[in-house]
Amino acid sequence: MASQEMEQLVQREYKQGFVTDIESDTIPPGLDESVIRFISAKKGEPEWMLEWRLDAYQQWLKMKAPSWAHLNYPDIDYQAISYFSAPKRPEDRPQSLDEVDPKLLETYEKLGIPLHERAALAGVAVDAVFDSVSVTTTFKKELSEAGVIFCSISDAIKDYPDLIKQYLGSVVPKADNYFTALNAAVFTDGSFVFVPEGVTCPMELSTYFRINAANTGQFERTLIICEKQAQVSYLEGCTAPQRDENQLHAAVVELVALEDAYIKYSTVQNWYPGDEDGKGGIYNFVTKRADCRGDRSKVSWTQVETGSAITWKYPSCILRGKDSVGEFYSVAVTNGRQQADTGTKMIHIGEGTKSTIVSKGISAGNSEQSYRGLVKIGPRAKGARNFTQCDSLLIGDRCGAHTFPYQEIGNATATVEHEATTSKIGEDQLFYCRQRGISEEDAVNMIVNGFCKDVFQELPMEFAVEAEALLNVTLEGAVG
Amino acid sequence: MTALATAPVPGSEAFTSEFAARKPRFSADPSWMAARRQAGIARFEALGLPTRKVEAWKYTDTQSLGRQAYQLADDATLSSAVMDELALAIDAYRLVFVDGLYNAELSDVAGLPDTVRVVPLSHAILHQPEVVGGSLNRLTGIDFTPFVALNSAFTEEGAVIQVGPRTVLDKPVYALFISRAAVDGQPVTMSHPRLLMQLGSRAEASVIEHHIGETGATNFTNLVAEVMLERGAVLNHYKLGEAATGETHIASVQVEQPRDSQYRSVNLNTGGGLVRNDIVCDLNGNNAHARLDGLFFGRDRQHVDTHTLVNHNEALTFSDENYKGILADRARGVFNGRVLVKRDSQKIEAHQNNANLLLSDRAEINTKPELEIYADDVKCSHGTTTGQLDEGAVFALRARGIDEQTARGLLTLAFANEVMTGLGIDAIAERIERSVAGRLPSRFHLDELVDLSVELAGGTVAVARDEDFA
Amino acid sequence: MLVVKDLHVSVEGKEILKGLDLTINKGEVHAIMGPNGAGKSTLSSVIAGKDGYEVTAGTITYKGEDVLEMAVEERARAGLLLGFQYPVEIPGVKNVYLLKAALNAKREAEGLGEIPAPEFMKLIREKLAFMQMDASFLQRAVNEGFSGGEKKRNEILQMLVLEPKLVMLDEIDSGLDIDALKVVAKGVNSLRNEDRAVLMVTHYQRLLEHIVPDHIHVLIDGRIVKSGDKSLALELEAHGYDWLQEETA
Repeated sequence: MASQEMEQLVQREYKQGFVTDIESDTIPPGLDESVIRFISAKKGEPEWMLEWRLDAYQQWLKMKAPSWAHLNYPDIDYQAISYFSAPKRPEDRPQSLDEVDPKLLETYEKLGIPLHERAALAGVAVDAVFDSVSVTTTFKKELSEAGVIFCSISDAIKDYPDLIKQYLGSVVPKADNYFTALNAAVFTDGSFVFVPEGVTCPMELSTYFRINAANTGQFERTLIICEKQAQVSYLEGCTAPQRDENQLHAAVVELVALEDAYIKYSTVQNWYPGDEDGKGGIYNFVTKRADCRGDRSKVSWTQVETGSAITWKYPSCILRGKDSVGEFYSVAVTNGRQQADTGTKMIHIGEGTKSTIVSKGISAGNSEQSYRGLVKIGPRAKGARNFTQCDSLLIGDRCGAHTFPYQEIGNATATVEHEATTSKIGEDQLFYCRQRGISEEDAVNMIVNGFCKDVFQELPMEFAVEAEALLNVTLEGAVG
Repeated sequence: MTALATAPVPGSEAFTSEFAARKPRFSADPSWMAARRQAGIARFEALGLPTRKVEAWKYTDTQSLGRQAYQLADDATLSSAVMDELALAIDAYRLVFVDGLYNAELSDVAGLPDTVRVVPLSHAILHQPEVVGGSLNRLTGIDFTPFVALNSAFTEEGAVIQVGPRTVLDKPVYALFISRAAVDGQPVTMSHPRLLMQLGSRAEASVIEHHIGETGATNFTNLVAEVMLERGAVLNHYKLGEAATGETHIASVQVEQPRDSQYRSVNLNTGGGLVRNDIVCDLNGNNAHARLDGLFFGRDRQHVDTHTLVNHNEALTFSDENYKGILADRARGVFNGRVLVKRDSQKIEAHQNNANLLLSDRAEINTKPELEIYADDVKCSHGTTTGQLDEGAVFALRARGIDEQTARGLLTLAFANEVMTGLGIDAIAERIERSVAGRLPSRFHLDELVDLSVELAGGTVAVARDEDFA
Repeated sequence: MLVVKDLHVSVEGKEILKGLDLTINKGEVHAIMGPNGAGKSTLSSVIAGKDGYEVTAGTITYKGEDVLEMAVEERARAGLLLGFQYPVEIPGVKNVYLLKAALNAKREAEGLGEIPAPEFMKLIREKLAFMQMDASFLQRAVNEGFSGGEKKRNEILQMLVLEPKLVMLDEIDSGLDIDALKVVAKGVNSLRNEDRAVLMVTHYQRLLEHIVPDHIHVLIDGRIVKSGDKSLALELEAHGYDWLQEETA
């Protein structure tokens, strides 16, 4: 096929680029202790929480941003970021969807998330985070009947202080890294899920995040706890409006799985990636970690990443419990000037622990993508097993695809396998499809979706459809 | 920052003091050599020994090297009986170095064709500067690694191997490096050999680099090899590492490959306490092919680290890599294989495989096969597996009357088979077999037995993929 | 229907077809035979629009339209469909998905809407049964892990579903055992009607026993050196290509 034809197709626009005009309650840019006190007071937090934040801030001041990733971006000016932005009338939050600002609902409509429909038809409870504060929570009642707690983390701090004290920061310590320390100091909201012993959460839980106000960093913090034999499937979707400046997103997600618990955490991330010249876009520095504390516990991370200018993200599993299982299924697509350094860590501590990693990376345009993964088998992880499959697909000759899989194996009874391939979409595959009358663009989408199939089939049904659509939008014309 | 620059880098004094003390030794240097030496020591002083914070040294700690005193050897005396015991029994053009110094009596390069030069480096520096002046340091520079800088400062001996265009060498060149047992109370003997291999267009040669230590040797050997091939040249570079367990061996190999050239590295290591090999191939012309095979076998507390890097700088270049690691006791292996495909290097193929066998609970492997790709029309793959011996296969052999130890030895050997077959030089294969599996009866039978046992056990010797994994 | 005039085609600067003329009318079955390297496969590839073939002179028209000006998929939608000698594997893409996408692309070009799912499934089931293929084929990735015979059957299945006007078969008999060949031939023969033409390229006479052509052309060194009816095949079987090569020399 003619390559200029392919080049032409590398034009695409961000379909979710619009700004909702809601008056925000935003504090001026800058970060010091007074900002942290402001955030804590604004959220009506107890004193111990403020102490926790201040301690994190002190540690952050002594830390340095990590530089080992295969990423290239200017230094972030943390004093130029505004650390709090909440929709107006925080004291007077809507109690039902009818009370939600219609403009907000309209925003969700544009994102393709018809909130009521989704909630009513799909039986999904949506804890929508608009900028930093949780605006509405649905299905709370049904959940509470099952004994499941699903609320904003701000509410949880006030309503379930014992659980928060016990678990917050227990998987990702405050000062785990530069971005977690920053998050611990200034996080404004996020979700909290608690599924008690023996309970299977009656519905899939979902949160949509958006970054809206200009120059606003978004720092959510999510904590999910599954007690013995409890199960939950959690969906996280993210988009952000189009802006010229880069915005920072530094989130922390902690998952705790006790004996026989199962947590499935799915993400579709479509933050604004910047324009084709690399202007604007989200800097996404996220720390996600699961602690499989109990025997036979299982955590499955599934992610479809198509957005952000910079992605730095390694959802990980600490496989502590005997026979615990960790899974990571990932599709990452980069186009334009996007850069992504993403992967996972599987830390095998307990006996008989198993992990599976399937990573599919698609690079197009001028983007750079790296898979970075660690499989560590500790001395006590007798019989531990890991299988890693990590494939890259290149579209066009100006992009890069890299693989950095670390394997640290300290147990002779462990079995670790890693396979990786890098290839491009075959000209012969494209020709075959076109010779059957299928347009080039459809053929590319078909082939790319086929390439990602192993991961898509791990996604909850409704997400899978969305993920495919998103992939097609992202790759619109990215044929090389 | 200035304060930092003037502060001595920890670990460098052990070497810089010996350098200062040995100034007179290098007084015969031609001025160009003296200048390179100075640049080398200055560079090393600035860098110091690498710490584990440096990605390339993440799993290998060299800081302890800075905590002992060193000396350069003053003589190369060794009886021919000792040499015969240690050397490979092969017909080859032989250069022998003892504790890094050239031993003319033990060397034999008689019968070399006119178009081939095999001389000790010291000789070339003094008498044939035109032969080495331009090429020495050309590939490695002085800042390739801190150890290359250190080698540049101290190097005084090594082998210069030059094969003229279209010459096909009839016998291998055999560079034998012997470390003598340490004398109590003396500083550690160190040497910084340099190998310079240059093959003219369409020349073909095999070079065997053999490092072996007497029991009780504690040498620090820091070797640099520069391999320059011209168009269509073919080089087989064997390296057999049998240093004593008290020795430290560090080597940096840099290979330059133009169009149609072939470089094959066979890197076999069974010895040494701390061993690190860096191999870098630059594929600079169409149809250049690098093949890197390796086997490392570690026991006790041996630490064996191999870093390879293949730069596909041009379109239509090819690389294949196959490394096997076997680790017993508390041995630790590190394998880092990196393939880098430059922008516009289209239609390249790069394949890499690393399989490891852990024979003990306390053995450890850290492996990282890296792909860095900036072109789209490429076929690249890498795979690693780590596992243990198939107990079913062990049982099948024992059921045929073979004792357990031999059975395990055989299966371990079978694991290494891919690297061993096609090795081309029996004397080397036998050495490896002996060290991996102990003394075994005739080879021929055993291959069949191994095949049989694998068949009986219904699986491959290396770990097989499990369908219901996870 | 299809008219090829004085076609010259080069691949990487080397001339493969050196002035080929061929006219195919509705309802006809043509076979192109010739020794290896004569340019047989090049002809069908050029008609289908494969990259890497440079047409240096000559024309190809289909129903009066310039084929060389049409994009690959336009040619396919217009009814020029190629059965590949080596059908490519597309990992992860299910057969059923490819079939549906292709059929809908064609229907869209014809101004019809998407085929309703029940109707589509009914159609596919019928064609599968005809080709003696198991329904599980639909769920497998396109050609991935297929045997040679399965791949070729799959090619014909696509033809049956997409109902092309000109069926081009590039060495469809290669790698087939006799039973598979019979099934493939049955599929092709079922496509034969007065509106549809077939152009098959083959090295062996064997195929022609099962799909009997109206016209046979012998292609040697980029030109058609002899045309005739089906009896020509028997002559070739008896004498090989050498006598023709000598004749043209």
